Amino acid sequence: MKEYIGVDGYQALAKVLHKMTPDEVIDEIINSGLRGRGGGGFSAGKKWKICKNIKAEKHYVICNGDEGDPGAFMDRSIMEGDPHGVLEGMMIAAYAVGAKEGYIYVRDEYPLAVTHLEKAILDCERSGLLGENILGTDFSFSIKIARGAGAFVCGESSALMKSVAGEVGEPRATYIRSVVKGLYDEPTVLNNVETLVNVPTIIRKGADWYKSIGTKKSTGTKVFSLVGKVRNTGLIEVPMGITLREIIYDIGGGILDDRPFKAVQTGGPSGGCIPESMLDLPVDFDSLTEVGSMMGSGGMIVMDDTTCIVDVAKYFLEFLVEESCGKCTPCREGLYQLHKLLEKICSGKGEMSDIEKMERLSENVMIGSLCGLGKSGPNPLMSTLKYFKDEYIAHIKDKKCPAGVCPELITYKILDNCTGCMACIPACGYDAIEGKKKEVHVITQDKCTKCGACYAVCNFDSILVS
Amino acid sequence: MKHDFNKLTDIFDKYPKTQESLIAILQDIQKEYQYLPCEALEQTSDVLDVPLSKVFSVSTFYNSFSLTAKGEKVVKICTGTACHIRGAKLLQDQLENHLAIKAGETTEDMKFTLEVVACVGACAMAPVVVVGDKYHGSVKVSRVKKLVKAK
Ligand SMILES: Cc1cc2nc3c(=O)[nH]c(=O)nc-3n(C[C@H](O)[C@H](O)[C@H](O)COP(=O)(O)O)c2cc1C
Ligand code: FES
Repeated sequence: MKEYIGVDGYQALAKVLHKMTPDEVIDEIINSGLRGRGGGGFSAGKKWKICKNIKAEKHYVICNGDEGDPGAFMDRSIMEGDPHGVLEGMMIAAYAVGAKEGYIYVRDEYPLAVTHLEKAILDCERSGLLGENILGTDFSFSIKIARGAGAFVCGESSALMKSVAGEVGEPRATYIRSVVKGLYDEPTVLNNVETLVNVPTIIRKGADWYKSIGTKKSTGTKVFSLVGKVRNTGLIEVPMGITLREIIYDIGGGILDDRPFKAVQTGGPSGGCIPESMLDLPVDFDSLTEVGSMMGSGGMIVMDDTTCIVDVAKYFLEFLVEESCGKCTPCREGLYQLHKLLEKICSGKGEMSDIEKMERLSENVMIGSLCGLGKSGPNPLMSTLKYFKDEYIAHIKDKKCPAGVCPELITYKILDNCTGCMACIPACGYDAIEGKKKEVHVITQDKCTKCGACYAVCNFDSILVS
Repeated sequence: MKHDFNKLTDIFDKYPKTQESLIAILQDIQKEYQYLPCEALEQTSDVLDVPLSKVFSVSTFYNSFSLTAKGEKVVKICTGTACHIRGAKLLQDQLENHLAIKAGETTEDMKFTLEVVACVGACAMAPVVVVGDKYHGSVKVSRVKKLVKAK
């Protein structure tokens, strides 16, 4: 806590409490152009304004730290590394909308984040930054932590609020907005961790300063989790509007082992894959949506020529089928059928008419689903169909997986340059490889399950996947 | 299996007796016993005055809860996107084969439970396998069996 105060921590809180009215705070945030970092990109200030203007007994502020997007860990590092920044952001939001109680919803997989936030809350309570009459004003606010329990759909606003209340996290139809009727049916502001952590800085340095970073419609910076087949993996914070090429090649150092770039996936299970031809695309909310992906929470997964695009689509659908809460039929059954079709294609039994079937079904799922999970669920499939149709056709017509991933469509062979080192023999869990020391080994094809273990352990590039 | 249910009282005492505490209490029970014993659920229902059916529906909805006992060490294979792309499937295959169980199952000697989880938030070191509460990054096929050496 001392460190946080040492870097101007809680200065912004003092400023709003002593020098600004709630409306001034909201105007400042609207003016800064800050948009929600949790996926939707809705203006944070406008959300606060709607919430504040609703007359109700209670208002709530909730911080969304569910970070369900697999392959992303920005919010984890913020909650672990800068818990006070999150708290201060929440306090300012609470002051602006008139909330007395707040919750932070943290993903179950992040125990360290919970520990750090608990400590930060305790420190604040002890020093009078949380509780009654904060800093001698009549503003009172308390924060509780609600731990998630491993359900992706609970990142969705209405499901999250059910979960906070100790219920099963099923979303409800979106025509009832949670800003109007949220937690316990009271008006509730739900913001992502990264959105809130931007707030104190905006208040301290001013909206104009914030606007000077990024692009006109997407202001400020964004944290991405740059992972996958890229040389330097990790978290990066970049100004909005930077191009994908700059991120992947300048910051990421290019593709692992200098292999060819294939695609970059953004937006998690609701997003899409972006092909090489679009590497010069500026990264902001609107450009990404335009090409059929989305900003999402900031996962950025780089793929090379050994990543099979159909397999990736299948992977996301499988994830969504698992995580669909099952309440509405289009999502529960539609995603299931899409996944079945993809399995069929990956196993070499696909027909050309399946592509059309998937397109039609995707559309229905998008229109008919209750919440964002289903509405955007077919995105990974649609975007890959759009940009990588050839790869689908290769699976269907030629019965080949060009990336060498789908087991039913590939074979493993040992080449003559095998040194006979015997490394692959114990690695194979199926006794499919035979050979003596310093002699070329052989794979018994009808025992081979195409798991790829031999390929992974071979140091001499002697295994051919085709 | 016999359990010492006296610990439950300590868990209940930590929270206000409302439904809002349900998930937190279940998490503590899960942590204490590695799963949710039926008797503990019944007590929870009584203490919070929440119908048992509701306690069960919450227990089965969320992935973190398990109604069956787990092994001494839980081995979690991350199958999040970053790990998937860097070969999580192969690690899963190797571990399943090696321990002779499928993901979600426990070895007969109750030593290991194998689970898959979508992202543990350490994607920069993909592929990740978590054994107990130790994170192992950039796991290679040649190393993976060593992670589950019976100690
Ligand atoms: C299925 C689904 C999962 C979501 N998961 C998350 C999440 O993990 N973290 C998050 O901040 N927002 C998530 N969202 C978005 C939230 O519903 C909500 O829009 C967001 O938290 C609002 O905060 P923001 O305006 O600051 O972005 C999810 C939405 C859907 C439909
Ligand atoms: S995808 Fe495995 S740690 Fe995130």
